[in-house]
Amino acid sequence: MTSSSPAAPRGRERRPRDSRVGDKIFMNLARGAGILLLVIMAAIAGFLAWRSGMALSNNNGNFLTTFEWTPDAPKPVFGIAVLAFGTIVSALIAMVIAVPVAIGIALFISHYAPRRIAQPFAYLVDLLAAVPSIVYGLWGALFLIPHMDGLTSWLNQYLGWTYLFDQTRTGTPRNLFTVGILLAIMILPIITAVSREVFRQVPRMHEEAALALGATRWEMIRTAVLPFGRPGIISASMLGLGRALGETIAVAVVLSANSVLSLHILDAGGGTFAQNIALKFAEAGNNGRDALMASGLVLFVITLLVNGAARLIIARRKEYSGANA
Amino acid sequence: MAKRIDVSGLSAYYGTTKAIEDISMSIEPRSVTAFIGPSGCGKSTFLRTLNRMHEVIPGARVEGKVLLDDENLYASNVDPVAVRRSIGMVFQRPNPFPTMSIYDNVVAGLRLAGVKKKSVLDDVVERSLKGANLWKEVHNRLNKPGAGLSGGQQQRLCIARAIAVEPQVLLMDEPCSALDPISTLAIEDLIGELKSQFTIVIVTHNMQQAARVSDRTAFFNLAGVGQPGKLIELDDTQRIFSNPSVQATEDYISGRFG
Repeated sequence: MTSSSPAAPRGRERRPRDSRVGDKIFMNLARGAGILLLVIMAAIAGFLAWRSGMALSNNNGNFLTTFEWTPDAPKPVFGIAVLAFGTIVSALIAMVIAVPVAIGIALFISHYAPRRIAQPFAYLVDLLAAVPSIVYGLWGALFLIPHMDGLTSWLNQYLGWTYLFDQTRTGTPRNLFTVGILLAIMILPIITAVSREVFRQVPRMHEEAALALGATRWEMIRTAVLPFGRPGIISASMLGLGRALGETIAVAVVLSANSVLSLHILDAGGGTFAQNIALKFAEAGNNGRDALMASGLVLFVITLLVNGAARLIIARRKEYSGANA
Repeated sequence: MAKRIDVSGLSAYYGTTKAIEDISMSIEPRSVTAFIGPSGCGKSTFLRTLNRMHEVIPGARVEGKVLLDDENLYASNVDPVAVRRSIGMVFQRPNPFPTMSIYDNVVAGLRLAGVKKKSVLDDVVERSLKGANLWKEVHNRLNKPGAGLSGGQQQRLCIARAIAVEPQVLLMDEPCSALDPISTLAIEDLIGELKSQFTIVIVTHNMQQAARVSDRTAFFNLAGVGQPGKLIELDDTQRIFSNPSVQATEDYISGRFG
């Protein structure tokens, strides 16, 4: 880097002034970027909290337990019960469907498919992630909804006794279950992509250790690959869950929103935070907008909590993570 | 439980590349047989054909016969998974499962075989760890991660894991190459003890080690880069190191190789 001759004394020569300046600039850039991130986060939270506070002081109902959303009425009443319920239930349905399928696809790509098939297949899955939400929404509304009847009535007939799949009202399948399926398809690529990378990183020597003990391929995956990939699977699922919780436009297109809170997930209706904001923001008055901000703040907090919980789960088994192998 | 191995006319391939050619040899039960030879001569490949681990590499295949007592491991009705259950293997780098405790590592093979009873597993853990000279060091931290042990301890844990399923044969692929001299000595002592129960085959780059631990030694060589490795000779270790019958062997062990 410098033009010092080999005979020149070391020490000072190895750290010339200009490279220290470069170090300083880089350090400050990096530090600045880090601080900027925190400032933005704090600004968003602060802004949401400020506007939420204004809305909450005008609220004549309990914000957490009220079903209705009429913040612009002469006597404003609004609450997030239906939205929180719908958001969490639809995201859970999406996770229950997407995580096992995504792990299956990831294992197929990383451990089962011949390389000739695996590469294009992986590319195809990645491509799914690039499809815009609105396209999924339109596909959901124009294709999925008209084709849900068979599945819906089958579930109602054979699993109706579970309460969950008991269809009490007939009508379009614009319900939380359909939303869950659509969200599952939308979060599949991200969970698959991250899991696949983690599975590929499982050291060959651990896989061979399992095989040499007389493990079949599936047993090898169960003993060596899945435990090693566990933190990665959790992280991948959290990324997917984050997207499912916050998905706006696709849900807004598919769900026929109302303020009914029901565990009958095949009955049309319900709502989610993001869908509700998209639907109501344009026509909302001042207090209406603040109320929507308050609901946005709750979504923000839920997402933070979910991510924190995931970190905790990963940290608890850190010494078994394989990072110290 | 130790069995004899008879190999005849065995060749192994990676894709279209022939790695070893036409190897025939007999390996005696309850003895230590060492494989020596220059890098790339196919001794590790040959070792991996003995428990059908060679074929887990995509495109790899084997021709020829390996008889374990009288059963051909490459017969069409033989399940490679069953072969690997009866022929254990220890690898070059210690590879305990990082996500498992010491205890779970030792019983991993038994769990795969479907053994669930706690008392049986407890007994096996104690017996195997004692067998691997590791019990004294770890008996009070069996639930700690196996990856937290030192390199030498990890390798003994891997040996305990391999002998826990009571294999007929124990294959070791340069088991000490990643270890310091003290850990190496511990493993070598252990090999001396284990040979009373198992048929042991060990690949080593260290000729002193071959001379110290083995009863019989096989020398492998290759004619040149890209040529398949071949068995040059197999004889009593003492004879190989004092008075080998092939000139190439003498050149190699006396350092006049090449």
